[in-house]
Amino acid sequence: MPGQAAELVFDEATKVYPGREGAAVHELSLTVPAGEICVLVGPSGGGKTTALKLVNRLIPLTSGDIRIDGRSIRDHDVVELRRSIGYVIQQVGLFPHYTVEGNIGVVPRLYGESKAWTKTRSGELLELVGLDQSYAKRYPAQLSGGERQRVGLARALAANPPLMLMDEPFGAIDPIVRTRLQDEFLRLQGELRKTVVFVTHDVDEAIKLGDRIAILREGGVLAQYDTPAAILAKPVDKFVADFVGLDAGAVARLRARADVPR
Amino acid sequence: MSGLFLAKGGPVIPSFGKADKCITHQHWFCTSWVQKHWGDILQPALIQHIELTLLAVGIGFGISFAMALIGFRFRVLDAPLGAFGDFLYALPSLSLFVILLPITGLTWTTIEIPLVAYTLFVLYRNTISGLKAVPAEVLESARGMGLTRMQTFLRVELRLAVPTIIAGLRIATVSTISIGTIAAFLVADGLGKPIFDALEAPDIFKTELVASSALVVGLALVADGLLLLLQRALTPWGRVR
Amino acid sequence: MIASVFIDAFRFIPDHASLLFHKGVGTVELAFAALGIAIGLALPLGLWLGHKHRGLFLALALSNFGRALPSIVLIGFAILIFHFSLFGDCMVALIVIAIPPILTNSFFAVDGVDRDVVEAARGMGLTEAQILVRVELPLGLPLIVAGLRIASVFVIATATIAGIVGGGGLGDIIANPAAYRDAGVLGASYCVAALALVTAGALALLQRAAFRRMSPTT
Repeated sequence: MPGQAAELVFDEATKVYPGREGAAVHELSLTVPAGEICVLVGPSGGGKTTALKLVNRLIPLTSGDIRIDGRSIRDHDVVELRRSIGYVIQQVGLFPHYTVEGNIGVVPRLYGESKAWTKTRSGELLELVGLDQSYAKRYPAQLSGGERQRVGLARALAANPPLMLMDEPFGAIDPIVRTRLQDEFLRLQGELRKTVVFVTHDVDEAIKLGDRIAILREGGVLAQYDTPAAILAKPVDKFVADFVGLDAGAVARLRARADVPR
Repeated sequence: MSGLFLAKGGPVIPSFGKADKCITHQHWFCTSWVQKHWGDILQPALIQHIELTLLAVGIGFGISFAMALIGFRFRVLDAPLGAFGDFLYALPSLSLFVILLPITGLTWTTIEIPLVAYTLFVLYRNTISGLKAVPAEVLESARGMGLTRMQTFLRVELRLAVPTIIAGLRIATVSTISIGTIAAFLVADGLGKPIFDALEAPDIFKTELVASSALVVGLALVADGLLLLLQRALTPWGRVR
Repeated sequence: MIASVFIDAFRFIPDHASLLFHKGVGTVELAFAALGIAIGLALPLGLWLGHKHRGLFLALALSNFGRALPSIVLIGFAILIFHFSLFGDCMVALIVIAIPPILTNSFFAVDGVDRDVVEAARGMGLTEAQILVRVELPLGLPLIVAGLRIASVFVIATATIAGIVGGGGLGDIIANPAAYRDAGVLGASYCVAALALVTAGALALLQRAAFRRMSPTT
């Protein structure tokens, strides 16, 4: 099973849907250094979810390339590729007919790990995401939204993937729980140091979580890709400045971010 | 006492009329025969079949609607009522007709009771699931606006349940038209009669079979279409699946 | 007066137990063989189409048309078109009757599985086959079993009707009042009804078990 965090490179990645005007993602080029969180933000229709799904080939590339640790995603067998990437979506998509433990164990079992191993691993991960061991035998229908998302996270981490793709994972959670989950996620990242691509439409969340932020404007065009501080200090154009909501509030958020242990 | 079941006589010799080449060569569909016998065989059978169906679906709908109201109001009764419908549906039509015969004799009642029973399965389930499917927020806002329980039911729940109910009606009607053909085993009425006649001829009478089957299917499609139009008329607020 | 018919019928059953059993087996053979073949044909197709989310029109048209076509007509046409034995012809008709509910239900069962769960499964790296077997199939099981139940009801009912044309089984007795008298016909009808109820009941239990397994909440 995979391990070390990987470097992710978008190389003029483009996605055009036939019959639709303009690209969904237009020649996206950026590098996510190993162990960093890159947040994709932008207005709806900005192509951020599309860009994310290009990486695990849920959406096929029209042109350009995406490389993980130097190796093109096209070179991988698609199923192998996906098993080595942790994928978390907003609705979580837990299997309703599996227990929490069963859900967490899906990918390791695909790799051939024994039930006993999976049980232990599941226990570790529950602890990691802050859930009590008693959750192991419960079913998704018995969990709250926040609990489900934690299980979703644990499930994505189960096979120790070098890369994580997260599509608005906290979007469906209420604000109080969301803040808590964000903080815990940062703490987790501090321990695990995974390479993460994180999609959100919430600028505050982007600033809080991202080591680097990629702002995509409509048509999937990269407006600016830099650290939060740099973007706030030197927005490249009016669109970025407006989008980031440059005002005293933003600067305060940036300062607050510095206080969260990383 | 014996003879109750001797409703079906011996083989029926189809009236060939003059020695029509089309008939004697057993073609699939002889328009001449159809034209000739539209008035005396096919049309009356069709009309009887329509009557049979309307009666069965009408009564069935009435009963299952009442059942659904009860099951909806007293949820505890939902499962047993549903199971009752399932139970009736599982009984084979022929067997049910025969079982009723000693009780109700060679009348339309014997035919209608099973046909009505079969509609209960679909109509009960669809009606009650249509009522249950109304979103909680809608009921909540109705209550908040000050509608009484009865008003909410009549103006909101019932109207929103219409598509599902009509979907059930469509299924029940088409099924009844189809199962109604078996009725001719006992009572020589409906489109089942020409079908049985055709099958019991020494050499299956193709034209009669094809013509009457086409009428059955055609009737079913027309009924289905009409109900669909009715549904569209009753639900101006949107296209429904 | 009427009561005596019933009494005779109930006496007929034990008196002619072996005949009824023999005929009953005939009905069962016909019905279950047809069901088996229909399942083999329709179930995989329905599952596959549902997984691909393609062929909705086919599924709907098939079920509508299947419902409209009377079983007796199907038997008639089967006899006319195919020239197998009478048993074979009836089998064809039964298979044709059983296919629509199985196909339609398995299509909707798989097609209707929560898309988020399927997307998560695909994103995690399950192969398409694994998604179908490990996720869609278990979650769609109740609806699939419901389809099997409807198909079995249709098939047993039609197998009985097959007796009218001499297709064998308990229908033979029912269609032959001259030989078996009222008591026999009535008795055989009870047997058919019992057979149908037992089959439907067994599948209903299966469906409930599937439902409980699929949406487990303590």
